[in-house]
Amino acid sequence: MKKLVYAALVAATACGLSSAFAGDATKGKATFVGKGCWQCHGYEGQGGSAGPRLANTQLPEDGLISFVHNTNGIMPPFSEKLISDAELSDIYAYLQSRPKPADPKTIPLLNLK
Amino acid sequence: MTEPRNGSGTDRRRFLKGAALAGAAPAIAATTSVAQAQVAAPRHLPSALPPNAHQIAAETHTPGPIENRIGGKPGSDFMVDVIKTLDIKYTPSNCASSFRALHESIINYGDNKAPEYLSCMHEESGVGMAHGYFKVTGKPLMTMVHGTVGLQHATMGIYNAWCDRVPVIIIGGNDLDAASRPPGVPTFHAAQDINTIVRDYTKWDDMPTSLQAFAQSMVRGYKIAMTPPYGPVAISLDAGLQQEPIGAHNSGLYIPKFTMPSPPAGEMGAVKDAAKMLLAAENPVIVADRAARTPNGIRLLVELAELLQAQVVDQGGRMNFPNTHYLARGAGVTAQADLILGLELSDFWAVVNSYTDNGEHGIGYNSAKAKAGVKLISISSVELLTKANYQDFQRFQSVDISMPADAEATLPALIEAVKSQMTSERRAQNDQRAEKAKKAFADIRGRETAAAAVAWDASPISTARLCMELYNQIKDEDWSLVASEGNVSNWPNRLWKMEKHHHWLGRSGGYGVGYGAPASVGAALANRDLGRFSVSIQSDGDLMFAPGVLWTAAKHKIPLLSVMHNNRAWHQEVMHVQRMASFRNRPSNYGNDAGPIGTMIQNPDIEYHKLAESMGWWAKGPIKDPAQLGPAIKEAMAVVKSGQPALLNVWTQPR
Ligand code: HEC
Ligand SMILES: Cc1ncc(C[n+]2csc(CCOP(=O)(O)OP(=O)(O)O)c2C)c(N)n1
Ligand SMILES: [Mg+2]
Repeated sequence: MKKLVYAALVAATACGLSSAFAGDATKGKATFVGKGCWQCHGYEGQGGSAGPRLANTQLPEDGLISFVHNTNGIMPPFSEKLISDAELSDIYAYLQSRPKPADPKTIPLLNLK
Repeated sequence: MTEPRNGSGTDRRRFLKGAALAGAAPAIAATTSVAQAQVAAPRHLPSALPPNAHQIAAETHTPGPIENRIGGKPGSDFMVDVIKTLDIKYTPSNCASSFRALHESIINYGDNKAPEYLSCMHEESGVGMAHGYFKVTGKPLMTMVHGTVGLQHATMGIYNAWCDRVPVIIIGGNDLDAASRPPGVPTFHAAQDINTIVRDYTKWDDMPTSLQAFAQSMVRGYKIAMTPPYGPVAISLDAGLQQEPIGAHNSGLYIPKFTMPSPPAGEMGAVKDAAKMLLAAENPVIVADRAARTPNGIRLLVELAELLQAQVVDQGGRMNFPNTHYLARGAGVTAQADLILGLELSDFWAVVNSYTDNGEHGIGYNSAKAKAGVKLISISSVELLTKANYQDFQRFQSVDISMPADAEATLPALIEAVKSQMTSERRAQNDQRAEKAKKAFADIRGRETAAAAVAWDASPISTARLCMELYNQIKDEDWSLVASEGNVSNWPNRLWKMEKHHHWLGRSGGYGVGYGAPASVGAALANRDLGRFSVSIQSDGDLMFAPGVLWTAAKHKIPLLSVMHNNRAWHQEVMHVQRMASFRNRPSNYGNDAGPIGTMIQNPDIEYHKLAESMGWWAKGPIKDPAQLGPAIKEAMAVVKSGQPALLNVWTQPR
């Protein structure tokens, strides 16, 4: 099962499917919080010890949707009943709308001697 | 209604004993019947006693000023004499009648020095303080608890100390004699065997019934606690034994001399075999959990790693290996290892296997994560002490060489064995290995800072920002991160320069939440005496189990900078309940909160800064804007340097 999900992701990425984000970033933010994604990925999708970074994800939109519905890795899956494709599209738009992080070399606190 | 005591209201046991000693039969008759007197006759006293020195003196000499009413040196004074030989600096405790006599002796006879009594609001705080103190100094503290109820409060702290292999000496007061102890509350608080509730997670416990036995018990207990694997011990102290004078039957009392035991080192044959295997491996990886008991352990581990050019995974039970060293690595490198040397691992199984909490029928599944055929060597003192009930021994892992021995004590011999078996060809490979490792290390550092930069300006404040704002202010001090509770995605270990043993003290051991606050205060006390600067990353859930320890810190002038990781949740549990809901394919009920009912600490938000302020701390908050954090930390540091504890209530991202 896990392998299948990844195969779908890789295929989707390789074909460069769905680059336009149909979703609404504002609604996406509310859904990201309301459905609990923030719990493991952070309010900004920045990632941390409980889940990887999603902000500005490299995944294509349908790759994200498919992953969330079907994963049986360390993330619990959220079925279509729990979160619709349209809601995930909104989340996708929200994640892509996150500001690009600064180059760490320009942040003095990340370059302490 | 409890039965009235004798007419004069004095303690019956003491009164009767005094009467018996003076041979004053009429006094008994005046206050109680003969039958009652027999029922209540004190222990150790035969019906007729030969006169002792005290009585003879009383009868034949003109009475001088009365030294005290108990007729001699109290038993608990002798106990203090014993305790003083062990150089126990503090006794953080919550007061209780079952050890009132020892308490009184410590502060009055013992001059409240070694041990100095520290006032605690909760027994768990006393144990937690001793836990943190030990990890800085390598010296155990003693905590006194009310036999039954106080020990019940102390238990989780004791379990943490057990799992974290930390010695704590627990003295539980207990009034044993059912016929002479006060009825009512003191009898509720007495038990046949108070230590039964901690026997599964202490190394040893005892119930001495004479002062001489106490002296032996205390020194023995200290020795057992201080023999690796370290661990807590519990001694139950009869109230009568503490209160009564040192009688004739205790003449010739002595205090056994304590000699520090040497730690058990690995058997030489096994050490040589291990060296051979390490040298034969292409990609040996060293994994250390509680390996460096002392700063010397770090030095030894660096020496071994460089000798082999082996990567080192520091699991962080202690500060084992400098994270600035080019051989320091994250857990992932074990997947490519052909040999893993495990040093004091609490869970070797989980180094070579993984568990995914996402199985088909609502339970997780296991999978191997190490290479097939990987060779495993274990050096672990904990294998010398496995008990049955609590599962801190984790799953069974088969290994190729098993050394039940203390890792730090075994390292010198292992290093020598590696040196003597190393061929010149093998030595010649080292430069190349080092070069490769240095390059990989630089890449890892780059990835970490890139991850830290994401959501740098977010509000609530990202855990990376929290940690780096803090590090920026403390880095030029002789700092000690005394605890980091809750989960801040491990940023201090990833980005701070951790090189000294006191830079990182490890975690609770048993994951009993509520360790962080008291352990921070105990460790800060130790650092205060050593002139170091203590900082703690304090989560909200952890603090609220027993926040009274904040008062203890203020009362005893323990400087500590506590920066909160206030994610307004028992966040670990937020995710657990969410996970269950997902598996069961139903939406999670958040009530009015941002996460599952029962897991959020919000509505109302707790004003931790006010809580701390009310107990004598300097405090500020809630800080939600990352731009305000640096200046607030600076302000708080000035306060801490003046000797007062300071707390910053910072609203953070969940992880
Ligand atoms: C209980 C924790 C948890 C929750 C809640 C959660 N995730 Fe995840 N998520 C994870 C973990 C852990 C991974 C890594 C999975 C893996 O490696 O198999 C992950 C991975 C992902 C990935 C794949 C990222 C990649 O680059 O490979 C996506 C997309 C994702 N999550 C989206 C979501 C969304 C959308 C939600 C809310 C509906 C959500 N997650 C809720 C823990 C969580
Ligand atoms: C005594 C105890 N009670 C409950 C738990 C279950 N538990 C594990 S983590 C956790 C939440 C801790 O909250 P906090 O300290 O705020 O850390 P966070 O997860 O929010 O970072 C709880 C309740 C535990 N481990 N120990
Ligand atoms: Mg919390």
